[in-house]
Amino acid sequence: MDVTINFTVNGRQRTVTVDPERPLLDVLREELQLTGTKYGCGEGRCGACTVLVDGKRVRSCITPAASVAGKEVLTIEGLAPSRPPTATEGAALHPVQAAFLAEGAFQCGYCTPVMIMTTVALLQETPHPTDAQILTAVNGNLCRCCDYPRILKAVHRAAEAGG
Amino acid sequence: MTLENLREIEKLEAALSDPEPEETYGPAERGMTRRTFLKVAGAGLLITVMPLEALGQAFRRGRGDGGPGVSVAARIHIGKDGAITVMTGKVEGGQGARTELTQAAAEELGVPPDRVQLVMADTDLVPDDGITAGSGSTPRSVPAVRRGAAAARGLLVAFAAKQWGVDAGQVEVRDGKAVHAATRRELTYAELAADADQAKALQQPAPEGVVLTPVKEWKALGQSVARPNARDIVTGAHRYPSDMTAPGMLYGRMLRAPSYGAKLKNLDPAAAQAIPGAVLVREDSFVGVVAPTTFAAEKAVAALAQTADWETTAQPDSNTIFDYLRQHTHEPVPQNPYAADVAAAAKSLKQTYTVAYVQHAPLEPRSALAAWDGGKVTVWLTTQNPFGCRNEISRALGLNAADVRVIVPDFGGGFGGRHTAEAGVEAARLARAAGKPVLVRWTRREEFTWAYFRPAAVIDIEAGLDAAGTLTSWYHVNINSGGSAIGTPYRVAKAKTQFAQADSPLRIGSYRALAATANNFAREAFMDELAAAAGRDPLKFRLAHLDKTDGARLRAVLETAAERFDWAGRRRKKEPGVGVGLACGTEKNSCAAVCVEVAIEQGEVVVRRACQVFECGAVLNPANLTSQVHGCLVMGIGPALREEMEFEKGAILNASFSKYLVPRFRDVPELDIHLLDRPDLPSAGAGETPIIVIAPAIANAVFHATGRPMHRMPMRLAKDEKTAEAGHS
Repeated sequence: MDVTINFTVNGRQRTVTVDPERPLLDVLREELQLTGTKYGCGEGRCGACTVLVDGKRVRSCITPAASVAGKEVLTIEGLAPSRPPTATEGAALHPVQAAFLAEGAFQCGYCTPVMIMTTVALLQETPHPTDAQILTAVNGNLCRCCDYPRILKAVHRAAEAGG
Repeated sequence: MTLENLREIEKLEAALSDPEPEETYGPAERGMTRRTFLKVAGAGLLITVMPLEALGQAFRRGRGDGGPGVSVAARIHIGKDGAITVMTGKVEGGQGARTELTQAAAEELGVPPDRVQLVMADTDLVPDDGITAGSGSTPRSVPAVRRGAAAARGLLVAFAAKQWGVDAGQVEVRDGKAVHAATRRELTYAELAADADQAKALQQPAPEGVVLTPVKEWKALGQSVARPNARDIVTGAHRYPSDMTAPGMLYGRMLRAPSYGAKLKNLDPAAAQAIPGAVLVREDSFVGVVAPTTFAAEKAVAALAQTADWETTAQPDSNTIFDYLRQHTHEPVPQNPYAADVAAAAKSLKQTYTVAYVQHAPLEPRSALAAWDGGKVTVWLTTQNPFGCRNEISRALGLNAADVRVIVPDFGGGFGGRHTAEAGVEAARLARAAGKPVLVRWTRREEFTWAYFRPAAVIDIEAGLDAAGTLTSWYHVNINSGGSAIGTPYRVAKAKTQFAQADSPLRIGSYRALAATANNFAREAFMDELAAAAGRDPLKFRLAHLDKTDGARLRAVLETAAERFDWAGRRRKKEPGVGVGLACGTEKNSCAAVCVEVAIEQGEVVVRRACQVFECGAVLNPANLTSQVHGCLVMGIGPALREEMEFEKGAILNASFSKYLVPRFRDVPELDIHLLDRPDLPSAGAGETPIIVIAPAIANAVFHATGRPMHRMPMRLAKDEKTAEAGHS
C-alpha cells in the first residue's frame, strides 16, 4: 500500500506517494528526476547511490523511502547549480566540486557525484582529515576506472581549500 | 563478427590499432579516393574526412555497416556563425576520446579547444568510424580529424589569400583567424563559411600531403586539456544512458533464466499482472515486464520467476574449468616442435599457467532507453560500438538499419565490455510492445551473469637455456583466451607460439588488452623462473634477451622503471615476507614496464609500491594518459589477486560486488607513474597496454618473497607462505 512521505530534498519540501519499501534511490531518480545519484549494485557495496540524510552518508539503494520521512536529503544536485549563473564559469561550484574539477579527478565520471558527496560529508565531520580518515571515508565507494589516485588528490585539495 | 570468435575480435582490434590502417571505398566512390573531400553544405561548410591510406587497399574492416558507401572517419562543419562542430563515430566511456579528438581538431584549425563542439556516436549524425576499441582512436581517428581540420585551415588560408590578392604563403592562422601581418588584415572561419560560393569555388581535393602541425609547434595537442563536459560531471548534470528519460516512459525488466542454457517450459502470466501497472511482454522466449517504476517492474519479474518452470542443461563448473578447456580445443594443441632442443639444453623448464574468467564490471550497468516514432526507433545506449549495435538492434527487430538510430551519451565505463546491444534490443522490443518509451537498466547481478567475460586461459610454456643462460628455444600455447601479445619480444632463435581456440562455457568477448593480459602474465612469470634457473637477476636476464635495436623501446621503459624504483638496491634487500618483482611488455605499438614491491600481510598479498613507465609515442594529453596508466595498473591488481568468476551448474556464484572483489582505494599502492614522451613517434592508444604488466610483476614479487613461483591468476598463496608475514605488517 502506497504511503505519502514528506521530506526535504536539496532544501526544497517534497511530497511523494510511494510504496514505503521502494528504495530512496528510485524515488530520487524516478519521481524527482534527480539522476546525479546512480545505481551501481543494489546492495550498498559500491557507493554509487550515496546521498546525505541529515548530513550523514546513506546508501540510497538499500534505504526504504519511508525511512526518510521528515528528514533532509542532500544530493549532488543540491550542491551547486548545474549551469554557471554567469560567464565566470566555476564560480558557483561547491569547493569540493571545484577541487574535483581542478584535479580532473574522473574518467567516466559515473562515481564522481558520490565521491564528491562523500567528501562533503567527511569534511563537515572532520575538516582536517588524516590520510587514514580519508581512506576510511572513501573506501566504500567504487571507481571502476580505478582513478583512485586522482580522486584522493582531489579530496586532499578540497580539504586544504576548507571544503 | 560473432563475439564468441576471439580471432575475429583480435583481427578487428589489431586492424583498429594499426597506425596505417587499411580502408577501401565502395564502387560508387572509385575515382575519388585518396583525398580529403570538401563540400559545401546548405548552411556553412561541411568537410568530410576520408582516410588517406585507402588507395589500393581492398579490405573494408569498419565493422559497423556503412553500406556500400564510403568509409568516413569524421565530418567537420563550420557554421556561418563560425561555430565549429566535429562529428565522430567514436564514443566516450571515460578513456578520453572526447578530449583528444577535440584537441586534434583545435590544433589543426588553429582555434582554442573550447571552440570545438564534438558530436559523438549518433548514428543519424556521425559517420561510421567503426568500433571504439583496440586502442584505435588515437592512431587512427586522431590523425583523420587532424587531416580534415588541416584541410579546413588550408581552405581558410586560400580563401583569405584570394580575397586579399596575396600569396597564401603570407597568410598565417592564429587564434581562429587568417592573418596577413603586413597589412593587418584578418578573416575568420565564420566569413569563410558565410561565403559559400567562394568556398565552393575553392572546393578541391586537399593536397595529398596535407601539412599537419609538427609536434614541437603543438598548442592544443600535447597539453593536459580538461574533458570538455567536465563541469557536467562534477555537478551531476551529465545524463548517462541510464539517466535518460522520455515523456510517458516505462521501466523494463527481463525475466532471466536461472542458469545458462535453461529453457522456459511454463509460466503463469497472471503473476506479473498482479502488480499494479505492470504489463507482461512475451514474444517466444523473450519475457519481460514494463511498469511505471523500476520497483514495480522488479516485483512483477520476481513474482513471475516464482511461477516459472525451467528445463536446465548440464554446464561445466569453474572448479574444473581448466581441464574442460584443455579437453575442448577446436584443434589438437601442437606439440613443442623443439623437443630435441629442449632435451639438448643445459637447462630446461616447462610450466602451465591458468587465468580465470573475469568481468569488466563497469559501474554503469548495460542500459538503454528506446523510443519509437512510427516505424523508427531511437535507442540511447551504453556501447562502444554504435553502428554495430544499430545493426544488431535492426536485425533483432526485423527493421532496416535506417530505421534504427543509436545515440551514445558519454557512458559509465567500457573496458572492452560494451560491444553488444543487449539492453538496447530489450528496450526496443519492450517499447514496441508497450507503445511507450522504455528504459532498461540491468542489475549488477544481470551484468555479472549475462554480459560477456574476459576468457579464461590455460597456457603452456617450455623453454631451453644453454650453459651461458641464454634462451635456445621457446614454446608458448594459449588455450581459449587469444593470441594478443603471444609472440615473445625476447631474442630466441627458435620460437613457436600458438593460440588454440576452445569451447568456452561462458560467453566471452573483448576486455582491456584481452589475451595480452594472460599471455604477458605467463611469459613474464616464466621469464623469472628461467632467470632463477639461469642464476641471473630478472632485469639482467631480460635485458640480455632484448635486442638493442628492435627491442629499444621496451628496453627503455624497463631500464627507466628499474632505475626509478632502485631495482638493484631493493632486490638485494632481505625483509621477511617482502619481495620485489618486475615485468615488461609491448602491445599495440606501445611499451610498458613496472617494478613492484609486495608484502605478505595477514595471509594476503599486498602491493605496497609500484613504479610503472609507459611509452606510446608522442603524448597527446599527459594528464589523461597518466590517468589511463594508473587506472590500468590498479584495475589490473583485481584479476591478479582476487577477481575470478565462480560458477556451478550454469549459474554465477559471485554475481555481486560483495562477492566479486574489485580494487578499492585501499588497494592502491604507492605509485610512481612515468611517461616516456617520444615526439618522434606516432601516438599509440593507451587504454590497454598499461594493464598487461602489473599481474606478472606481482607474481614475480611474490616469487621473490616466498621462493615459490605463481602459476595462476588470481594468485593463491600456499598455507606456509601465508604465514611468512612481512616484518611490520
